[in-house]
Amino acid sequence: MALILELAVQGAQMILVLLLAPLLTGFVRKVKARLLRRQGPSLVQPYRDLLRLMRKEVVLADNASWLFRVTPYLIFATTWVAAALIPTFATGLTFSWTADLIAIVALLGSARFFLALAGMDVGTSFGGIGSSREVMIASLAEPAMLLIVFSLALVAGATQLSTVAAFMGSPQVGLRVSLGMSLIALVMVAVAENARIPVDNPSTHLELTMVHEAMVLEYSGRHLAMIEFAAFLKLLLYMSLICCVFLPWGQATAEAGPESLAPGVVAYIGKLAVCGILLAVFETAIAKMRVFRVPDFLGAALMLALLGTLLLFVSRSL
Amino acid sequence: MNGLTFDIAHLLAGGLVLVSFMMLYQDRLFALINVFALHAVVLALSVAWQAYIQDAHHLYVTAAIALVFKAIVIPVGLHRIIQRLGIHRDIETAVGIGPTMLGGIGLVALSMVLMLRVTPEADPLAREDLAFALSIILLGLLVMVTRRNAVSQVVGFMSLENGLVLAATGAKGMPLVVEISVAFSILIAFIVIGVFLFRIRERFDSVDVGALDDYRGEHR
Repeated sequence: MALILELAVQGAQMILVLLLAPLLTGFVRKVKARLLRRQGPSLVQPYRDLLRLMRKEVVLADNASWLFRVTPYLIFATTWVAAALIPTFATGLTFSWTADLIAIVALLGSARFFLALAGMDVGTSFGGIGSSREVMIASLAEPAMLLIVFSLALVAGATQLSTVAAFMGSPQVGLRVSLGMSLIALVMVAVAENARIPVDNPSTHLELTMVHEAMVLEYSGRHLAMIEFAAFLKLLLYMSLICCVFLPWGQATAEAGPESLAPGVVAYIGKLAVCGILLAVFETAIAKMRVFRVPDFLGAALMLALLGTLLLFVSRSL
Repeated sequence: MNGLTFDIAHLLAGGLVLVSFMMLYQDRLFALINVFALHAVVLALSVAWQAYIQDAHHLYVTAAIALVFKAIVIPVGLHRIIQRLGIHRDIETAVGIGPTMLGGIGLVALSMVLMLRVTPEADPLAREDLAFALSIILLGLLVMVTRRNAVSQVVGFMSLENGLVLAATGAKGMPLVVEISVAFSILIAFIVIGVFLFRIRERFDSVDVGALDDYRGEHR
């Protein structure tokens, strides 16, 4: 009976992230539009886009291989599994004990690998540009992400996200400069990974600057819907990760019982809304940088994460 | 010792190392000088915190010296010098920013390995301060080595001195006379360097120290 209940909560979490992901993207777009004094599309526009794309016919290039057709589903599945592993409104869910933060990074990395392969599969020049840029960004973002994981693991004594969240919520975490550096580095990595301004512009098809859009240019119909949905999920995933590690308050725990779940969900949605507003304000305030400056930006994230890890060795606990 | 006092000292000293890295990252002269002013402000905060936890009142004087001279007088003076020299405001670096950052990380790691090996039985606060101070000194040297422009070399020299002050306050029982004389000598050095800058500029029409190499007959 207890097992069934746990599985039901885990299933509810997976459904919740699936339902919230397009809403979050719609919310960020709406806030950005309002900041520019435009009306903006309605909040449910991403759902409508997904439904429309699902119904449309798939147009495939003649030389597209099986990889090109499989990749959208692979990307969606890996991103969804990674999102299911993150404690969103409750810690200690059933699936979160099966894999840790490093596994989440690996899942996202394999999704990116397949997307880069699919971008080059048809052999158009835009796909090639997009893939090469994506891999350039990834080669700097992933080491930075792993270093952030290391410094979190050194502080909390585990790479298990539920344990990390429990430690961060307890008073023994103290005031640490390394955690501040990790937070800034994680935000920079998240901005780069989700192809947001200043690294990439998610709403443009201007071919000289695009990274993510260039790779998915050949996709249409339900394939494109899957890729778009995976992109929405990835934004939600990174925001949940930041909230779970650095703002762990209000999460339901396994001991508190099922009645703490509802406040947990409310707190989670509130945290996502705050993150969404912050992201929209940040994106409105800043200009997109040149592609050649992206290595500097991510190099700074890598440097911050590395410095945070180094500073831990002279801190109180180690 | 209370955990929180240590954490705040760690936060301020770690922030000082971070600001040193920001100095390595800058490629504009004015931005570099503003970051240097920030460095001095963080140093003043750190020294004031040390004065509070060690209950050493003379350290407040050191903090005030850092705040007044290094955060206000010297940056304003450098701004004036740059305006009067009318030089290019972007810094020519001898090495690119990426390798410089990696070198800086390596120096921080080196100083930590060294200090943690050498001082296993010291007070943890002094130990941590010494490790940070050594890395700030090495980073200041790195700024001086990687920049071709004489003004940015001056800034590197000043940030190196901030590291010395941090080391001095971390060790208990540093007399005030020593600190005042150090601060005074830095000010003298600043004035002398300022005079030198104008002389270099008069003779070579540039503060790029590469011009000195040609004058000495060295060829790169």
